[in-house]
Amino acid sequence: MFRTRLILPILLLLGSFFLAFSAGAVFVEERLPDPAEEKRARDIADGIRCLVCQNQSIMDSNADLAKDLRAVVRERVAAGDSDDQVRDFLVVRYGDWVLLNPPFKMRTLILWLGPLVVFVFAAIATILFLRRRAAPAVGQGGPAPLSAEEKADLEKLLADDEKDKT
Amino acid sequence: MRLGFLAPVLTFAVIAAVMAYALFFLNPKEIPSELVSKPAPEFKLDPVPDYGPGLETAHVKGGKITLLNVFASWCVACMVEHPTLMELSKGGKVEIFGLNYKDKPDAAAKWLGKHGDPYSRTGMDLNGRVGINFGVYGVPETFIMGPDGTIIDKIIGPITEKDLKTRILPRIQGSDS
Repeated sequence: MFRTRLILPILLLLGSFFLAFSAGAVFVEERLPDPAEEKRARDIADGIRCLVCQNQSIMDSNADLAKDLRAVVRERVAAGDSDDQVRDFLVVRYGDWVLLNPPFKMRTLILWLGPLVVFVFAAIATILFLRRRAAPAVGQGGPAPLSAEEKADLEKLLADDEKDKT
Repeated sequence: MRLGFLAPVLTFAVIAAVMAYALFFLNPKEIPSELVSKPAPEFKLDPVPDYGPGLETAHVKGGKITLLNVFASWCVACMVEHPTLMELSKGGKVEIFGLNYKDKPDAAAKWLGKHGDPYSRTGMDLNGRVGINFGVYGVPETFIMGPDGTIIDKIIGPITEKDLKTRILPRIQGSDS
């Protein structure tokens, strides 16, 4: 019993280590003088995919190219570009692929709507399946009641049975 | 409905087929190039010391098809395609420009001296910005440039025999006739 009680705190402790670690992994080689601009640059960089390590943002990656791209983002921000202008600057060169959050447009329709379509399809299939299974019980309220004729037959049979026993 | 029991099996088969296709035929490292069929970005670079005149946008708009090869002395895969480039350059069918990506000038010159120089012009992209403008995300990459400086195609990674036969040679020969 005391073992299971220990597990949770240990897990929490381990978890907090990882949390602290991932939060600490920010690469800063230069900093914009204006803290607001620096924050904006980092927020943008958080959404830019590192092209070398693919599933990391350029903010999380220590790849050389990621470093260069961070510098580009800071430069564009310092030059007064809006968030979208900075992203477009990179999209023109590397495609939508460079955005970790792909835009909603014709080419990405399957990506965005695919899961929804699958969900709706599965929901309809599930409802049909459950209905069919429940149909006999719900539709007729259990077995049909016996007709008068059947009742008479049943009574007769039961009476015969009694007679046999005695 | 008697075949209904096959539904899970079929679902599995479809998923497995898609995954097998992706595993064997798609390369996640190959990011579709955004710049294909767009004009080359503007640039002007100094040459690797002692290796040819410098390189700028005007040179890839010379009225014929050229190759723009991104290389670096620190790039191991560049060694793989180097003989292919030497061969192409000896044949004289196509002019090859070398974009020396994020390298040290001395190291680049030494590398070209040691392995041979297939380039008619070289440009040193010391801070990698020209590379970024070209959408370069690894070395080597080779851009096939049209006569008017349009990027016709981009080969990611070392040029393979197949790339040479299907993507480079047909275009060079096509431009001759």
